[in-house]
Amino acid sequence: MIRFARLLEQLLFTPQRNTKIHHLSEWFQNTPMPDRGWGLAALVGEFQSKKAKPALIRAMASTKIDAELFAISYDFVGDLAETVALIWPEPHLRPNSTPPTLSSIVSALGDANAEETKTLISQWLDISDTTTRWGLLKLTTGGLRVGASARTVRLALAHAYGKPVEHIEEIWPLIQPPYTALFDWLEDKSPRPNADGKAVFRPLMLAHPLNDQDMASITPENWLVEWKWDGARVQLASGQDGVRLFSRSGDDISSGFPELTKPLDWHGTLDGELLAGQPHDIASFQDLQQRLNRKKPSVKLMQTVPVFLRAYDILIDGENDLRQMPIEHRREILQQTLKTLDHPAIDLSAVLPFTDAQQLDEWRQKCRDGGLIEGLMIKARNSVYHQGRVKGQWFKWKRDPLTADVVLLYAQRGHGKRSSFFSDYTFAAWANHGDQPDGEPVLVPVGKAYSGFSDAELKKLDAFVRANTIQRYGPVRELKKTLVVEVAFDAIGLSSRHKSGVAMRFPRFQRIRWDKPAHEADHLDTLMKWIDS
Amino acid sequence: MPPPHPSRWIRPLASGLAVIDGMGAPRFHIDATRANETVIVTHGHADHARPGHKHVIATPETLAIMEARYGARFAEQVTPLNWHETMRIGDVDIHLVPAGHVLGSAQIVLDSQGSRVVVSGDYKRKPDPTCAAFEPVACDIFITEATFALPVFSHPDPLTEISRILTSLALFPARAHVIGAYSLGKAQRVIALLRQAGYEAPIFIHGALQKLCQLYQDHGIDLGKLEPATSGQKGMPQPALAGQIVIAPPSALSDRWSRRLPDPLIIMASGWMQVKQRAKQSGVEMPLILSDHADWNDLLATIDEVDPKEVWITHGREDALMRALSLKGVTAKALHLIGYEDDAE
Repeated sequence: MIRFARLLEQLLFTPQRNTKIHHLSEWFQNTPMPDRGWGLAALVGEFQSKKAKPALIRAMASTKIDAELFAISYDFVGDLAETVALIWPEPHLRPNSTPPTLSSIVSALGDANAEETKTLISQWLDISDTTTRWGLLKLTTGGLRVGASARTVRLALAHAYGKPVEHIEEIWPLIQPPYTALFDWLEDKSPRPNADGKAVFRPLMLAHPLNDQDMASITPENWLVEWKWDGARVQLASGQDGVRLFSRSGDDISSGFPELTKPLDWHGTLDGELLAGQPHDIASFQDLQQRLNRKKPSVKLMQTVPVFLRAYDILIDGENDLRQMPIEHRREILQQTLKTLDHPAIDLSAVLPFTDAQQLDEWRQKCRDGGLIEGLMIKARNSVYHQGRVKGQWFKWKRDPLTADVVLLYAQRGHGKRSSFFSDYTFAAWANHGDQPDGEPVLVPVGKAYSGFSDAELKKLDAFVRANTIQRYGPVRELKKTLVVEVAFDAIGLSSRHKSGVAMRFPRFQRIRWDKPAHEADHLDTLMKWIDS
Repeated sequence: MPPPHPSRWIRPLASGLAVIDGMGAPRFHIDATRANETVIVTHGHADHARPGHKHVIATPETLAIMEARYGARFAEQVTPLNWHETMRIGDVDIHLVPAGHVLGSAQIVLDSQGSRVVVSGDYKRKPDPTCAAFEPVACDIFITEATFALPVFSHPDPLTEISRILTSLALFPARAHVIGAYSLGKAQRVIALLRQAGYEAPIFIHGALQKLCQLYQDHGIDLGKLEPATSGQKGMPQPALAGQIVIAPPSALSDRWSRRLPDPLIIMASGWMQVKQRAKQSGVEMPLILSDHADWNDLLATIDEVDPKEVWITHGREDALMRALSLKGVTAKALHLIGYEDDAE
């Protein structure tokens, strides 16, 4: 455990991905099985103790420290594992034993109940130093957040054992912690687990944003154009082992979408957009979000917010891998396949006939009116399905974001990388009180933004908060209403959850208007005009 | 008759903490945040020691530091006050005792109308070879800082921390180990600790540290052999710095200045480095937990030791300290003094 905690610390402090990969592959090579496999499970987020939930860790901390002091500390540190690791009092006489190995932690926690889990973790914390305590708590609560994505970890595996990373990614759904089959293959002790005919994830092809200079080359002869739907990119794979739905990062999200993962009598792989609603009546992204947030949706939620797949590509059809075929031909097969499949929750993303780029630009601007379309996808007719972002093959052309000048109202410290800096901001627009439409306008909160500023701006904002706090509500600081910020957002909709009655989609800082007086910020009425019908 | 409550003669004003006369007019300030008449300065950090006051009272070391930073005419009049030497202003007896923060840093002990108030300034309790150790003084009101007043701050043994640099140097002998350290106090302490840990090679220092390192050496603090880290062609990595220890103010680390360092390993020496996510935010590869402020346990132990009737908190994370003191049954209040910057610590 000590070495694993050190690895996590190294990963956290190493900015360069290549150096992270270096640390990881070194750790893989020098750690025996099954510790290596359990460490890998923790790194890719596939290990978590069933009982060691944040609430339990908090309860353990409360036996060691006053609840209010804990709350203030947690607010400052912004990370539960680290807060507890730091405040855990060193026992006066440290028991003469060393922290447990990864596999002994896993097996001890395996069938421990909540009380036993508390006792075990508590004992382990007593015999560990701060960094090991931190690593141990990260491990048991899952979600390491040390800046190494599952993909980086797989790249490190590829690097450590000299195998192509796609070969590792393809068999990922077939293996489980502690990944004995994987490491046996990586160490050339046995053949690779066979992915043929199985429902596994295939690396996605991604699009570049369209630049002005690319625009002129877009002609109907060479390019296919379709709407860029405002949903979530997914891959649906059907094989002998069932049907799985993968997110764009290759995570298995099948359990959240039963309507799409019933067994099919067709095998193959579809690429498409997951949307809420029904093919003839698409619902908003906010609706989809309710489903994305649920690992197991209730029957009621599935009725009120159904989902469907709008397919735009086919990678595999039965035994045929179509990825080396131009998209023009793949689309024909896709159309045929969907017709045969006749699935109530899968339909086709249509190709748009167009005359020139000028017309596309008009459509792009207009898709603001519908609200459910983010822009256009433009794909070279002869493009084969590569993994990743390939130059000059696929483009996305998004509608322009909306912007508004708003006043900062509240600030809160961020979490993770932003912890201990004020980086979460609630902002407001002017509005007249319902009863007195002619009275003085007041500021009403219209959204929250966490991003869009540079590190230097973050420091200035942080200093602004410290100097302009007028009231504290726990971790929240109320600010002097003086700072205007131009926020950009993709859409705005009506919402009953917010006092102002509106909710913005992905608001972020565009510019900080240190120069602009607060009274010149936008009025709620202006924002209302942009509401999607 | 019991003595009047000290809040009758000392209170926080917009211009900083002030001792006032019977009419409410300030007799003198402590670490005034803007130019003022008579000011007692606890220590030489820029947010506490500002130029432009009419009359500055401080330890000889602090006055020397102010002169080094602001030039000879930083005040119209200066009064050096040695440790434990008493001077009187109005009906207030003033003497200074060491605070253990940086060279010359003092606590200000004020006796007036039958009560004693100690203004501790910034202070620490961990050993520091570059300044006199903190002396606890029993008092009625103890005015404390709260920079690291959270239970998460427990600063480790400084010598153990510093030895991590030497371990890393053995592991990466080709990398320039550059340590970001505040130019007054922290930088000299890092150097002195490295010497204590047995590192005898020359240490390379950024130009901004030269004057203050010289000043420390003139005050009898042995920093060993120091070399300027500024030689060679601008913007080009200097092979001579490979495998050497370089010390620079934190701001220089992200500046073009750092381009001269061959394959630099960035180390930051600060109490804030205890929070990993915060250390990461500042782009540090090796966080070194080395603070010139008291950590949580030392703050509480110090308050126990001086056993005041009341604690006033100048700046920092006062909410946690207030809570801890109320649990102990100690009366405390936050002064919310603005203008003392603790981020550079």
